[in-house]
Amino acid sequence: MSINIEMVDKKAPISGEIRMSTRDLSLFYGNFQALRKITLDIPENAITAVIGPSGCGKSTFLRLFNRMNDLITGVRVEGRVELDGVDIYGKDIDVVELRKRVGMVFQKPNPFPMSVFENVAFGPKRHGKKNRLELEDIVEKSLKQAALWDEVKDKLNQSALALSGGQQQRLCIARVLAVEPEVILMDEPCSALDPQATLRIEDLMRSLAENYTIVIVTHNMQQAARASDMSAFFMMEEDRAGILVERGPTAEIFTNPKDKRTEDYITGRFG
Amino acid sequence: MTTRTGAASRQISQQVAYGFLIAATAVVVIPVLVIIIQIVVIGADAISCDFLSQAPSQAGKAGGIFPAILGTFYLMLGTIIVALPVGVLAGVYLSEYARDNWLTRTVNMAIVNLAGVPSIVYGLFGLGVFVLMFHFGMSLLSASLTLACQALAMTVTTSREAILAVPREYREGSLAVGSTRWQTIRHIVLPQAMPGIITGAVLAMSRAAGETAPILVVGAAFFLPGLPHSPFDQFMALPYHLYTVAAHIPGMSRTTIWGVALVLLAVVLSFNVLATIIRLRSRKRRYST
Repeated sequence: MSINIEMVDKKAPISGEIRMSTRDLSLFYGNFQALRKITLDIPENAITAVIGPSGCGKSTFLRLFNRMNDLITGVRVEGRVELDGVDIYGKDIDVVELRKRVGMVFQKPNPFPMSVFENVAFGPKRHGKKNRLELEDIVEKSLKQAALWDEVKDKLNQSALALSGGQQQRLCIARVLAVEPEVILMDEPCSALDPQATLRIEDLMRSLAENYTIVIVTHNMQQAARASDMSAFFMMEEDRAGILVERGPTAEIFTNPKDKRTEDYITGRFG
Repeated sequence: MTTRTGAASRQISQQVAYGFLIAATAVVVIPVLVIIIQIVVIGADAISCDFLSQAPSQAGKAGGIFPAILGTFYLMLGTIIVALPVGVLAGVYLSEYARDNWLTRTVNMAIVNLAGVPSIVYGLFGLGVFVLMFHFGMSLLSASLTLACQALAMTVTTSREAILAVPREYREGSLAVGSTRWQTIRHIVLPQAMPGIITGAVLAMSRAAGETAPILVVGAAFFLPGLPHSPFDQFMALPYHLYTVAAHIPGMSRTTIWGVALVLLAVVLSFNVLATIIRLRSRKRRYST
């Protein structure tokens, strides 16, 4: 697998502000340890890619940042996950408020079985916005931000399930944008899409990164190389999952990996 | 030669098995058909405008069965008013909130097994609790509550299953934009589960319409001078009316008996058909995007 690194070099330098971070973070499903003492910083207004083979704990790691793992019984977390320096697993944390600030886009597009409009307005409505005009503004703005407005402006009242897969995924991004999050988590957002739709999502991610902090889990090495500023490489060894092998600017990870395992993985020697 | 006989004997055993399967199916289907045909053919003669709209006279030998039809509808209504909301709320709790532990599993198993409790046992329970302890008397209210207890087994189970069938992706999508758990249930899960819940409710109503034993001991009467005016009045009901005219009134005309059966069957079957239509329509909506 050859990696085209031209795009990597063009990217703006990272400002260096840390938005989210983990400190010695371990996670257990019952007796199984899925993440091992992970310490990683997520820089502001940049795209951080989490890469690694299937089953290495990437998605579990991503779901820490909006506490989506809470839904699974038997999950135990040790260590800290911080948003602006505050431990989001602390006692006084309101998970609903956290998820407003840290939105999530899933692997399979999951628009609700409602109209396009209602999908985007769903979050704002739940947070108490009832004024129709205000909701219309939010919907239009979010769809424009998600580069979907021109395609759906004449079918806002049609079922979201009638859209194509790529459109559905951009709709899901618009749904998250509508609640004005600060961080957007993306769990393999393109794995169910064709190459063209994938490129559109990547372009969208680049434009969103100007204002949002993005963390993306991806299987696709070219995607990480093309679209991300920072990369973190996770892997598993024998029966030990959730090891963070290497992290750093994407250009460095892909051109000059320090760890032999990273190099083997990105050059396609395993995984 | 040996192979040819082998093939022939295989052919024969194949046909014997086939014959048995057909026969077994016929044993299942024929009695049902015979019963339905008999009810329709004989009962149809009894059906008239008067039969459906008049009160009975001469111990049911003359007049109509309107009070019994009305009583049965009241019963269905009373049953579902209680059993549907309680069933849905319990279903939501059991599927969304209850932790998966031995207690929850025991409760779930108990609810499923409630459906197997003989209906007369519910009747005795209703007599003890609603009629005597709460002093509701022999009444429409006592009977509705009794039938509702019996229907709960079905409404809880179908609600729970319909809720569990809502894809996880929808819940996660809702939670991921900062909805609370209850908002997710209220705006995503319940609307999605509604066709399944309604189907269960309609089937529960049709069963309530057909129950005879429990209402016998908590408020059904064979003959009343007037229609019930409040939930505390006694009532007439189709299954009990059928039982009485068929078994206890000498010199009853066969036509009238089968006519009552036909009306009861029509009520129950029409609700079953309604449930099927709701289920099919929701399925169609789900798959055609």
